Amino acid sequence: MTPLNQLTAMACPLGLSNVDTDQLIPARFMKRSRGEGYGQFLLHDLRFDQAGAAVPDFPLNMPQADSCRILVARRNFGGGSSREAAVYALVDFGFRCVIAPSFGDIFTGNAVNNGLLPARVAESDCAAILKKLDGAVGTISVDLERQEIGIKGTGFAFEIDPTARRKLLNGWDDIDLTAQYAAEINRFVRQDATRRPWAQSIARTSPDPVTQKPADS
Amino acid sequence: MTGRTLFDKVWHSHEIVRDEDGQSLLWVDRHFVHEGSFHAFAKLAARQQAVARPDLTIGVADHYVPTRGRNLPIANADIRGVVDRLYANTANHDIRLFGLEDPRQGIVHVLGPEQGFTLPGLLIVCGDSHTSTHGAFGSIAFGIGASEVAHVLATQTIWQRKPKVMRMTINGRPSPGVGAKDIALNWIARLGADGARGYAIEYAGEAVRGLSMEGRLTLCNLSIEGGARCGMVGPDAVTIDYLRDKPHAPRGKVFDAACDAWLALRSDADATFDREVILDAAEIAPTVSWGTSPEDALPVDQSVPDPDDAGDTAHADHMRDALAYMGLRPAQRITDIAIDRVFIGSCTNARLEDLEAAAAVLRGRHARVPGLVSPGSSLVKQQAEARGLDRIFTAAGLDWVGSGCSMCVAMNGDILPAGERCASTTNRNFKGRQGPGGRTHLMSPAMAAAAAVTGYVTDVRELMAGREPA
Repeated sequence: MTPLNQLTAMACPLGLSNVDTDQLIPARFMKRSRGEGYGQFLLHDLRFDQAGAAVPDFPLNMPQADSCRILVARRNFGGGSSREAAVYALVDFGFRCVIAPSFGDIFTGNAVNNGLLPARVAESDCAAILKKLDGAVGTISVDLERQEIGIKGTGFAFEIDPTARRKLLNGWDDIDLTAQYAAEINRFVRQDATRRPWAQSIARTSPDPVTQKPADS
Repeated sequence: MTGRTLFDKVWHSHEIVRDEDGQSLLWVDRHFVHEGSFHAFAKLAARQQAVARPDLTIGVADHYVPTRGRNLPIANADIRGVVDRLYANTANHDIRLFGLEDPRQGIVHVLGPEQGFTLPGLLIVCGDSHTSTHGAFGSIAFGIGASEVAHVLATQTIWQRKPKVMRMTINGRPSPGVGAKDIALNWIARLGADGARGYAIEYAGEAVRGLSMEGRLTLCNLSIEGGARCGMVGPDAVTIDYLRDKPHAPRGKVFDAACDAWLALRSDADATFDREVILDAAEIAPTVSWGTSPEDALPVDQSVPDPDDAGDTAHADHMRDALAYMGLRPAQRITDIAIDRVFIGSCTNARLEDLEAAAAVLRGRHARVPGLVSPGSSLVKQQAEARGLDRIFTAAGLDWVGSGCSMCVAMNGDILPAGERCASTTNRNFKGRQGPGGRTHLMSPAMAAAAAVTGYVTDVRELMAGREPA
């Protein structure tokens, strides 16, 4: 994962609240593997009409939107489903940061695990940032170390969980981090097996019926 | 010493270490994987990593499985490909799988409790936001993303920051025709779709105690729709009775010892909560969503709101956008909304009790609109058929199909056509959730059945007057 510290880039004013993960990537596009690229499906059903034509006044269809690295939304961005594909779509489109007053809880974790910064700002600051963009793409600078957003000479503070901040700054992968705690995990399992035998092994009273594997898998 | 909450007790019994900035490494007792896990297995393969505890990992096919023609090969190659990947991944890593042809197959959040995989005091995760369902047993259960699924597969642990704890007390008894779905939509409408963000919820109070396990599962299922990390109900006699003799629950002396431990899992009398919310069940009416977020919900006897009355511009913008998408006018009575289709199913409302509630309304009546009834599991299907519920649904003109996520996720062939309006027992009325351009009104199974009978959103209490309730 690429570390992220300072980012000065074009920002796209999405300006919508309750943008759930179903909208970020509709379910029907999720059968593909990541390698095929999810950016083309980002907010698909808002970006394109039912005939497949680009909706002219939708922010992601504005000129220069595809060069934006920052997205500005309103409250409850990324609520709903746990689908990490919503983050894949944002990242593959080119975004490295989303600014909003609140984020879905699972979305926040997914974002950080893919190097996308969820920058939480006060509701009034979000409105002020959107006002400064005035419906057009514009330059914003984001400083993760100082937790500050700069636009047209004005600074706004943003919040982020300290662990998420460290992971983004360092580009850390959780699985490697956890490997350092192998001894503690083993000790926990030994103690827990006597404390909660029903939790450590799953009871079975009869053999499981055999599930047949399809011939072509 | 200050008392501890139920959540604190379960959390601390799973905490392996806490790092310098307060993140906890937690032990995972049960990890459910469904077809969407293919991203995580791909990550594991790229790292050439083994699954740490295949014995505590349970594979279930639910999201992509077709609900019709279940004895035939899956016709759609994309869908078959995703299901096949689950078979291959679970086989390669020696993980037990509940596949399409298994008589116990079902939606993961229905199957887990039904098979006794879900027990009190456990920590349960799954790459699905409605994992919060399992909290009904007094376990900590929450949804995770694909990167976290890969982490759990590789380590059987997960990093989490301890959330704050909210107690949501629902006093009194709900009136007839009002159930867990109405209680949940009510609190989400009051607090907002992100109103419980950063919190674990402990549901308490007479109305919660009075719910069956099935009702508690519905209530906890919808916790995520209010932004909560998870929802929990303290174990009691209802919990123990449900678990006795479940296939994978412990037996004999182990069960007795477990029961002692489980019944001790309750918030101490002097425990303090970070936030208290108190509701009165008697004030809750059958509730229906009108917009495109579960927070856009109102009692059935009210009217669609007017964006001009909204407190702030952002909220007014959301309302205008939602009304336009849903094809509704401000001040339109909710009971004047004509529906095109009915869906009864999903991890929220497809257990036996839900189907019985819908059948009690439909018995001897005809549906004015087409509809689909998909039981939450193959076992629920068998039980419903043994009680003759399938014949009530089909006699009313609704389709009775196999179990799976069906028209809740629109990934498996069951889709709400564009522009159609659906009375739905699912959990999400998001734009396009049940199919691109589809319009979803969330409600209880009894309310969905009432809508089927009249062709309009209808107060089920009117149709149940003089009838036996379920």
